[in-house]
Amino acid sequence: MQLTVNGTTHDVDVEDDMPLLWVLRDELNIKGVKYGCGVAQCGACTVHIDGVAVRSCQTLAADVDGPVTTIEGLGTPDALHALQEAWIEHQVAQCGYCQSGQIMQAAALLSDIPSPTDADIDDAMSGNLCRCGTYNRIRAAVKTAAGKLQEA
Amino acid sequence: MSRIGKIARRSFLVGSAAVVGGVAFGYVMYKRPVANPLLDQVAEGEAALTPYVRVDASGITLITPRADSGQGAYSVQAALIAEELDVELDQIRVDPGMPSPAYYNTALSAEAAPFRSTDDSFAAQSTRGVMDALMKFLGMQITGGSTTVPDSFEKLRLAGAVARETLKAAAAQQTGVQVADLKTARGMVELPGGDTLRYEDLAPIAATLDPVNDVTLRDPSTWRLVGKAMERVDIVAKSTGTQSYGIDFEVEGMVHATVRTNPRRGGGMIEFDSASAEQMRGVQAVVPITNGVAVVANNTWRAIQAANAIDITWADAPYPAEMEEHWQTLSDSFIEDRRDSRMRDDGDVDAALDGAEVIEAEYRAPYLAHAPLEPITATVQVTEDRVDVWTGTQVPRFVQSNVAKLCDMDADQVFVHVLMMGGSFGHRLEDRVVREATEIALQLKGTPVKLTYSREEDMTHNDTRQIAMARGRGTVSGGKVDAFDLGIAMPSVIASQMGRQGFPVAGPDLQIVAGAWEQPMQIPHYRVSGYRAPELAPITSWRSVGASTNGFFHDVFLDELIHAAGADPMEERLRLCWHAPSRKTLEAVAEMSNWGAALGPDKARGVAFCLSFGVPTAEVIEVTNTANGIRIDNVCVAAEVGTVVDPVNFENMVQGGVVWALGHAMNCEITYSDGMVDQQNYYDYEGMRMFQAPVINVRGLENGDAVRGVGEPMVPPAAAALSNAIFAATGQRIREMPMNKFIDFV
Repeated sequence: MQLTVNGTTHDVDVEDDMPLLWVLRDELNIKGVKYGCGVAQCGACTVHIDGVAVRSCQTLAADVDGPVTTIEGLGTPDALHALQEAWIEHQVAQCGYCQSGQIMQAAALLSDIPSPTDADIDDAMSGNLCRCGTYNRIRAAVKTAAGKLQEA
Repeated sequence: MSRIGKIARRSFLVGSAAVVGGVAFGYVMYKRPVANPLLDQVAEGEAALTPYVRVDASGITLITPRADSGQGAYSVQAALIAEELDVELDQIRVDPGMPSPAYYNTALSAEAAPFRSTDDSFAAQSTRGVMDALMKFLGMQITGGSTTVPDSFEKLRLAGAVARETLKAAAAQQTGVQVADLKTARGMVELPGGDTLRYEDLAPIAATLDPVNDVTLRDPSTWRLVGKAMERVDIVAKSTGTQSYGIDFEVEGMVHATVRTNPRRGGGMIEFDSASAEQMRGVQAVVPITNGVAVVANNTWRAIQAANAIDITWADAPYPAEMEEHWQTLSDSFIEDRRDSRMRDDGDVDAALDGAEVIEAEYRAPYLAHAPLEPITATVQVTEDRVDVWTGTQVPRFVQSNVAKLCDMDADQVFVHVLMMGGSFGHRLEDRVVREATEIALQLKGTPVKLTYSREEDMTHNDTRQIAMARGRGTVSGGKVDAFDLGIAMPSVIASQMGRQGFPVAGPDLQIVAGAWEQPMQIPHYRVSGYRAPELAPITSWRSVGASTNGFFHDVFLDELIHAAGADPMEERLRLCWHAPSRKTLEAVAEMSNWGAALGPDKARGVAFCLSFGVPTAEVIEVTNTANGIRIDNVCVAAEVGTVVDPVNFENMVQGGVVWALGHAMNCEITYSDGMVDQQNYYDYEGMRMFQAPVINVRGLENGDAVRGVGEPMVPPAAAALSNAIFAATGQRIREMPMNKFIDFV
């Protein structure tokens, strides 16, 4: 089957029921997407399909029906997305393992709701676990990024 | 003979030798410097100035032997070296280095020695000295006990200073300019005329010189980096998905493995049938390991699918099968035969309780998993004459020695490459995953094997936090707390943890009473007794160790007595507390929380205090009793840490510690049925999610003279403050965690 990830189309030969997460990580060596729980409980594997945030651990390879964007496709160290700039400015990460998923979830939130309230942020982000407990900083960084994107 | 040999004979170890002070029995023998591990790897033209700084033509590398599980350890260690070395953090590489006894942890011994951190008496100091020597002997390169900052604070700045002065001496030799006329900045020595010499270019000369050990640390008022907000060295990578963790490690020819071992922890495997698993796509091998079986495949998911398809018959657990028996074991341990310590025994508790109106209460705290978001992994390659291990670990020296034993090799044939950890909280103090990966790799010689646990395997095979129970008896009189008698029963964490490393531990286990016996409170009749329960399920250090349960027990019982006395919870704690820096933390949270001011309807505050890991910490929690349950609105925290090394990371760590403690206090427990852990994943071990996260206001106090770490001390008071706040809001006293067994949270 063919998968388009971050603008590049790949031919992959995998079982229909292999979760997208493992296609990305072990077949395509795209490692920004993380395995945390495998059952859509933690959000570490969040990517976008056609701009919609999905849990790649529960999305079967055969069901991927649009272009996939991972954290690597959102921005890079040399060309940061506004959310990544805000994550750096607020020094959000501790271990950082959940943050790819947090940022991808936040990106989907901001495309739906450009100026989210605290309640909007809590609603959108509560499926993403952070075991280090950086929630206060994530809230602040989402607001900073929303402000920057509004100005732009 | 090469230059390397010449340096090796001098065998300088500036970093530690210069800071290990004091004398104590048995110390002299181990005071002899150990070899500098970098010298083994130094080629001609390079200089390894101390075990913490490496300069060569490719640049400057700072060695940061304390592991980073998210607490910012690499950044803080780099900053301490860079402060004196005069380099900027964007000019250097950070490398955890190879395991070595040179990186032993001196601060960990301060916590192990039986003296309160508020005790500066000669006996306390000299005992800590003995423990230093012991740690050096054991070569414990351990990350834990909130010791990275205390252990590194002088050692790494001295290392930076010695390296800088030696590079200046090299510049003086090359140019003929007096050292006194040389300056340093941004990784260069500046000559009086403005010309500069790069450290990298001075390395070959520096390697021929005696290190300049006579250095003076700079005055704190001149610090460029320490005490200021720093950009963490890993922050860009961790915000862009480019940080590589243990689970992301790749090497040519690597295969993917997963394991299933007996969920009745420590029990054996009777038989297994892997016929169908072996037919599954991508499966390359199914091999037995200790107490279980491993699947090797060409993809992690395929390995996990195949492992789940194996039929296995497991043996029984070596501990009681059901939880009631675990609790009963603790309950039966409050007897003289099981008394492990009575480090606090002020006044005459028995007389004070005799015939008085005694307030009694019993408290419980469950087993808890660490469950860092990155499941545990290790990659191991075994060849004829060497083994390479790539893993996130807090105990690289133990890993090295255990792998060497398994492979029947010498420790110096085992190369442990420490990788970034996606959280730990104590989980990666255990090294079973490395041993298992080694067992697999031994059966696939030459092939690198990456072992990844499924979340379910990780959750059900966690060496958990201890289970614990406490019983309090006390009296009040004249509006004051008069007698306080607390007994705490738990199995020994240290015996379980160190036992798996083959170290028998003699004497009392102070973790049984940590966070309780050493509280700086002056109560007329005050006793804390530890009871060592028999070993149950395997347990290990979980963020704040003994204090994680005992801080809850001690402070909630104190709160109950204060309530019985009719006193104000803040005023009475301040009255009882004799230690000025501790009092200041209580005063700070009183001010931050506007303690005493009226709150809206259904709202209330609770306060708690705990001194652990040398850090007095006070927390006030404000809750609302809503129609749907308790909402945690905000938390105020004040902690005395001597010096706040990085205010931003400090705030982040403190907030994280509070979220950690409250999440587990609300809804987490690990329980056993039929000898197996019931909880499988985050759906039944949830912790705190964003919608529950309170606003957390943080203040770091700098009144003490010793610098302290903050990874753990925020945890012990938080659950107590929550219980006390819930009592204030509802009148319901919650004496057991998780609290959602007794009350709903929104």
